[in-house]
Amino acid sequence: MRQGLSAVTMTALALGYAFLYVPILLLVAYSFNESKLVTVWAGFSLRWYGALFENQQLLAAAWVTLRLAVISATGALVLGTLAGVVLTRIGRFAGRTLFSGLVFAPLVMPEVITGLSLLLLFVALDWSRGPATMAIAHITFATAYVAVVVQARLATLDRSIEEAAMDLGARPAKTFFVITVPMIAPGLLAGWLLAFTLSLDDLVIASFTTGPEATTLPMYIYSKVRLGVTPEINAVSSILIGLVAIGVLIASVALKVSEERRQRDAQRAAAPRAAMVPR
Amino acid sequence: MTAREAVETSGAAERGRSVAAIRRLLPEEVRGALGRHFLIAVPFLWLGVFFLAPFLIVLKLSFSEVALAMPPYTPIAEWVDEAGSIHLRFTLNLSNYLLLVEDSLYRRSYLNSLGIAAVSTAVTLAIGFPIAYALTQVARRWRFALLMLAILPFWTSFLIRVYAWISILKTEGFLNQLLAWLGLISEPLQILNTNWAVYLGIVYSYLPFMVLPLYASLERIDVSLMEAAADLGCRPIKAFWVITVPLALPGVVAGSLLVFIPAVGEFVIPDLLGGSGSIMIGKTLWSEFFNNRDWPLSSGVAVILLVLLVVPIVLFQRLQLRRTVG
Repeated sequence: MRQGLSAVTMTALALGYAFLYVPILLLVAYSFNESKLVTVWAGFSLRWYGALFENQQLLAAAWVTLRLAVISATGALVLGTLAGVVLTRIGRFAGRTLFSGLVFAPLVMPEVITGLSLLLLFVALDWSRGPATMAIAHITFATAYVAVVVQARLATLDRSIEEAAMDLGARPAKTFFVITVPMIAPGLLAGWLLAFTLSLDDLVIASFTTGPEATTLPMYIYSKVRLGVTPEINAVSSILIGLVAIGVLIASVALKVSEERRQRDAQRAAAPRAAMVPR
Repeated sequence: MTAREAVETSGAAERGRSVAAIRRLLPEEVRGALGRHFLIAVPFLWLGVFFLAPFLIVLKLSFSEVALAMPPYTPIAEWVDEAGSIHLRFTLNLSNYLLLVEDSLYRRSYLNSLGIAAVSTAVTLAIGFPIAYALTQVARRWRFALLMLAILPFWTSFLIRVYAWISILKTEGFLNQLLAWLGLISEPLQILNTNWAVYLGIVYSYLPFMVLPLYASLERIDVSLMEAAADLGCRPIKAFWVITVPLALPGVVAGSLLVFIPAVGEFVIPDLLGGSGSIMIGKTLWSEFFNNRDWPLSSGVAVILLVLLVVPIVLFQRLQLRRTVG
C-alpha cells in the first residue's frame, strides 16, 4: 500500500539533500574561481589546479597519504574479515564479549583518545614514529568498520552452501576461500574501500601517531585551513571529492549488479526444484 | 607432458599426499580447534595490543607528573637506592585529577561538550528521521540512487566537509551575501567562531550516521501492520506514533549513539568552526598535548572523558552484540 510521494516526504528529501550537497557543490564551484578571494566570483579559471601540481610539499603529502591508505586498507581488510568470521561463524567462546567490545569500540571512540593512547604505546615501546606507526593506528581503527561490513554480509549468507562444501570433504580453510570469499566479495570490496577512505581522511589519529618527517594530506590541508580559506585548498578538496565519488559510485553499481545476478541465479536454481514439488 | 614435468607433478602429488597423511594423524576435533583458536587469536591479539593496552598506558600516565625530558613525564614506579637497600618506589600523583576537577575551565569543557553533543544529537535525529522515513516511501527504482546520495558524503573527507562551511558562514561568506541580497539583514551575522557554527558542523557531518541506522530499522517494518491499523480505523498519524516510532526505536538509539559519543570528543569541528571562544574537551586535550606538551594532564583529560562515555559506549556494544547474535 505505497501511495505516491506525499508533499511532506518530497519536501523532507529535497531539503535534506540540499543541506547535504549545497556546501560541497559551492566548494567545488569556487575551486574554478579566478579570484584569490574564495567567496567572490571573478570568472572561470583552472589556475588553482595548475598551482597544485607545482606544489612539491602537497604532492609529497599526497603520496604519503596514498601509500598509507593502501597499506592500512589491506591490513584492515584481513583483520576485519577474520573478526567478522569469528563473530558470525564461531558461536560462543571464552572472551566473546570482550572480543566484540574490542572490535566495535573503535567505531564510536573519540579520535583524540585513540590517537593519544596509541602514541603513548609507541613511546612506551620506543618505536620511532612515522608512516609505519600511522599504518598500525589506521589498521586498528579501520578494522572495526571492515568487521561490521563483512559481518553484515556473512549474516545474510545461506550457510547451507558452506555446509555442503564441508560435507563433501572440503576443509574449513578451503571452504572459506573457494565458497565464502567469492560470495562475500562485494562486502570485502566495500570494506576495503571504506578503510581506504577512512585512512585518506584521518587528521586526528595521524597527527598523534606520526613522526616529524611524515606529513599526510589532511595534515597539510589542516595547517593551511587554520590560516584561512584559499582557492588552492578548494581545488585539492574538489579532486579528492571527485575521486572518492567516482570510486564509490563504481563500487556500488558493481555491488548492485552482482547482487542482482546472485538473486537471479538463486531463482534459477530454485525453479526446477519448485517444479518438482507436487501441487 | 614431458617426462620431467611428469616426474615433477608426481613429486608434488606425493608431497601433497604425505602432508595430508601427517594432517590426518591429528584428530579432526584437534585440527578444528587449532584453526578456531588461530582465527580468534589473530584479531584478538592485534586489538589487545593496539587498542586495549594503550588505554592502560593512558591510565598509568595520568598519575605521573610532567617533566622536562623525553618522554616528558616522570615514572610512577622506579628503583631507588636508599641507604644501601634497593627497592621499588611508586609515586602516584593525583594533581592532574585535582586540577581537572577543581579548575572551572576543564569543568566547563566537559559540560559544554556533553551539552553541545546532546543538543546536536537531538537536532540530527529531528532532521534525519523525516529523511530516513521519506526514503522508505520512495519507489524502489529510485531508492538505490537516493540511498547512495545519502551515503556518499559519509565517504568524502570529514575535514573537507567542515572546511566547506567556513566559506559559507564567515562574515563575508555565502550565507551573509544571500541574506543581505534578500534584504533580511543589514549587518552581516557573526556565525563563524560561535557555538552556532559548531552545532551546524556536527549536525551536518554526522547526519549520514543517523540516517542509515534509522533507514535500516524503518525499512524492516512490515507494511501489513500499517494496513491492519488502517483497516481497524486507526488514523495514519496515530498509526505512525503507535507502530512506526516504537519499531524504529533500535535505529533511533543506534543512530543517536553513533552521533553523540564521537561528538563529545570532537576536535576538528570546534577547532575550525567554533574558534577560540568555543571550548570542547577534544580541543582542550589537543592543546594540552600539542601546545603545552603536558602528556600527563592530557591523559587525565582522556581518562575522565572515557569515564563519562562508558555508559553510552557499553549501550552501543550491547546493541551491536545483539545484532550479531540475533
